[in-house]
Formats: sequence, C-alpha cells, structure tokens
Amino acid sequence: MPSRVYECIAKINDTIQANKDFLTDLDREIGDADHGVNMARGFHAVTEKLSQDETDIGAALKKTGMTLLSTVGGASGPLYGTAYMEAGKVMAGKTELTAEDFGQILDVAIAGIQKRGKAERGEKTMLDALIPACETYHAKVAEGADLVTALDAAIEEAHKGIEFTKTIRATKGRASYLGDRSIGHQDPGATSATLTLETVRDFLKA
Amino acid sequence: MKKLINEVDNVVDEMLEGMVAACPKYVKRLPGLEVLVRAGGSEGKVALVSGGGSGHEPAHGGFVGKGMLDAAVAGAVFTSPTPDQVYEAIKAANGGKGVLLVIKNYTGDVMNFEMAADMARDEGIEVDQVVVADDVAVENSTWTTGRRGIAGTIFVHKLAGACAEAGGSLADVKAVAEKVIANVRSMGMAIEACTVPAAGKKSFDLAEDEIEIGIGIHGEPGTHREKISTVNGISDQLLDKILAEGIYNDGDEVAVMVNGMGGTPLMELYIANKHVSEVLAGKGIKVYKTLVGNYMTSLDMEGFSITLLKLDDDMKKLLDAPADTPAFVQF
Repeated sequence: MPSRVYECIAKINDTIQANKDFLTDLDREIGDADHGVNMARGFHAVTEKLSQDETDIGAALKKTGMTLLSTVGGASGPLYGTAYMEAGKVMAGKTELTAEDFGQILDVAIAGIQKRGKAERGEKTMLDALIPACETYHAKVAEGADLVTALDAAIEEAHKGIEFTKTIRATKGRASYLGDRSIGHQDPGATSATLTLETVRDFLKA
Repeated sequence: MKKLINEVDNVVDEMLEGMVAACPKYVKRLPGLEVLVRAGGSEGKVALVSGGGSGHEPAHGGFVGKGMLDAAVAGAVFTSPTPDQVYEAIKAANGGKGVLLVIKNYTGDVMNFEMAADMARDEGIEVDQVVVADDVAVENSTWTTGRRGIAGTIFVHKLAGACAEAGGSLADVKAVAEKVIANVRSMGMAIEACTVPAAGKKSFDLAEDEIEIGIGIHGEPGTHREKISTVNGISDQLLDKILAEGIYNDGDEVAVMVNGMGGTPLMELYIANKHVSEVLAGKGIKVYKTLVGNYMTSLDMEGFSITLLKLDDDMKKLLDAPADTPAFVQF
C-alpha cells in the first residue's frame, strides 16, 4: 500500500501527464513548445525514483525536487526542483500535513522560485498564480478555514492569476523575446502551478 | 511529422553515440551522461565547457577538440541540460587550471549552469563563466531577460579556445571571451519553422508567403512576421539591425558568419553572403574572414542568421589559430 504522500505525488504526475500536450501547446504560443514534455519526463522519473513506502513528507518532497532538478532541464527544472526541495525542508520528518504546514510550503516554494528565477510578480510567470494564491490561502487560514477550504479559495485566485497573465507582456523567460506579442496568451508555468494546487486539493478532499 | 529517427525519447542518446562513432579521435562520451569531452583529455590547460539544449548541431559537441571546447553538455532538444550533467562535465574537463563556462543567455541555461558551477566550487574547482547575448532581435533592457545567445557563441568558442590552448590563464581566457561578446552581434530569420521531435509539429505556423524575422534558435517565434521578399532585402534587414549597434564602422575589420538554421541549402547561404560582403564593402568595413555553413542550427528550420565580429590584431591571431574538432578544422 503506497504512502499518502506517494499517492499525492503520483496524482500530480497523473495530472501532468494528462495535460502534457495542453501545457506544450501553451508554451508553443509564447515559448519553445516543451513545458508539458519536460514536466512529464520529470514527473514520470519522480514516480519511478520515489519509494512507495516513504511516509516522511519532507523526504518525499526533497526526493521529488532533486529528481525534477536532474530530469526536467530548461527553466522549469531548477524552478520546480527548488520549490519542492524548499518545501521538503519545511516538512522534514513530518508525516502529517496541517493547514499551517501548507502555508509554509507555499511561502518557501515561492521564495525559492523568486531567488532562483530572479523574478517578481507581474512578469508573466508562475509567480502570478502562486503569489495571489498564497496570500489568499494565508488570509483564509487566519480566518479559521481548514486546509481544503483555504486551498479552494487560493485556487480561485490562481485562476485569476492565469487570466491576468494573458493581459501582460512577459519580461522573464523566453516569452519576453516576443515583446507585446506575448500579450493575449496565458503563461504555461502559471498554468502548471495551478494544476498542481488543484491536484493536491482534490487529493486531500477525496 | 516525418523524421529520420527511431524513438523520440532516444534522439539525443543515439545522436551522441553516432558522434562518438564518427569522431573517436576527437571526442568520448562520459558513461551514462549526455556529455562529450576531448578524447585526449584537458590536463594542464584552462578548460572551456559549453552546452545547451540539443538540436543546434554541430553546436556544441562538434566543437569539442583542440583549440576550441573541452566539454559539451547536451540537454534534451531545445532544453537546457540539468545541473548534475553540467557538473559532471566541469569535473571531467577540469585540467587543474580552472574551467570557464560559456553560457548562452537563456533563463534555463543560466540557472542550470550556475547551479552546476556552485556544486563544482564546493569541491574546490575554480569555475568562472561568461554569458553570450549577441542577438540584436531582442531589445536589451532591464524589462527583458536580455538578448539571446545565438550563432556568435561559435566565435567565443574559437577565440577563447585558442587562448586556452596557448596556455592562457582562466582570467586571460575569460577576458578574451568577454571581448568577443562585446564585439559580436547576430540576427536571424526563418522562412519555415522547425519541428521538435517530442512535440511532433512545427513550432510556429507560417503561411506560404510569410517569413518570420528575429527568430531565436529554439523554434521560438521572432519579433515580427512579414511577406517574403528577396534574400538581398532580407539580409539588408538583418544587417541594418546589426550595424545600428554602432560597433562596426568605416575602416573596421570584421569576421562574418552566415549561419544556416539546418534546413537551408548552402546555395542560399552563399547567395546571402554575396550581398553581405557587398554591403560591408560599400560601408568601408573590411571582411577579414568569412564562415558560411551550418554552425548553430535549429533542427530543420529553414532560415539563416548573420553574425559580425569586430576584430583587432590580437583577435585575428586567435581566430587564425589552429583548431581541430569534428565540425571545425583549421590549420
């Protein structure tokens, strides 16, 4: 019987595989047509390298991050790899996930992505989905919401973030080469980040 | 999609095996890794390590050898290699005099190479880096990622490689690389996009009579699209942008590269070069050396790029120095 954390990460893999072509097509519009392909390769490797018995959430996240780092490549590899590895530090030794833990995971993942990618909100990146989602998540938890309820609200903001990326010009990553032609297209990274949050929510709800 | 491949997932692996089989005198592959190093090693000299996504052949593995690179890391097609691969390349190439990373300016490449450099420094290897950003199609401002590194990178390999081969220190080699980067500019265009094997379809769609100006080397669309004109007219457009940099002036000497994107006949590249050489002559810019061919490609993309490198006497010597690599041989 696989551990809960393994099952959750396996679900993220399912989502990435199911959306491989969708993410690649988004990237084709404003990037280099490989986001879905690269993420699918990385998460497939994660499900193979991660032990099904691993109950330490921190260890599982760290292994996920290191595997993504060594298999995804491109910009997504270091960014997602860093996010999962930072999350792994927060969860080291823990076998249960609390609402507070998940807030911390979002905080450190975002900080890691910003440091590695030298990006800010409003540059048409995954941060445009993650930062508003994170802010809303903390606000909901402060009001007393449980993890799933807070995450529901956070995902709503992440979707608004995706819509927002359609309205702005990219200033980071390959989409920035397009200048104003990047406007009108949604950011693939913001999309994959939101899909990840949705998968975690659905898993916790089930 | 029609491709001369076996399995989509194996294209990089099989390509590297084929390169080693073709050029065992020059390169060997690090076991289990997507890294080519010099067959004879790099002991006692500063090592140059470059790389990036695959699909740009002969870059970069084709330039591993005497007078140019010491190791090349091949990522998935158009995808930066991962830090662990770059780290292994640095370790293998290190001949005890330090390692210079030649990185093309892409978000992913810079992040992955920098992470690898950090890992190598932790082990006491002296590592420095330069970032090539020669593509004038991209506005260089604080609001973008900065200009892309494209075909001009080959001149960095050549001149910095010659300096390293002649016994230059890491600081010397880096200074040469920086000097090339400061004096090299390129711009490219496509009449037809490329097809990434894993994606299975063209990276952008052009109508029969349309061309894309300002493309990069990863199938990313360019800065604008227009109706096709003559190669002279298109070359003028690329040259105008390059010359507008103000680097190349009456009386200067330059090296020229007319680089094919992979799917363009040499005939067309030579036709382009005829015009380029005439335009430069008309402006009093002397062409010291010209390279015409496929140096930094974009799979099967049809199109080309023009690169100019302003030369001084030191740079001319480095450009003329011998090189012996799979894709560039000069005596």
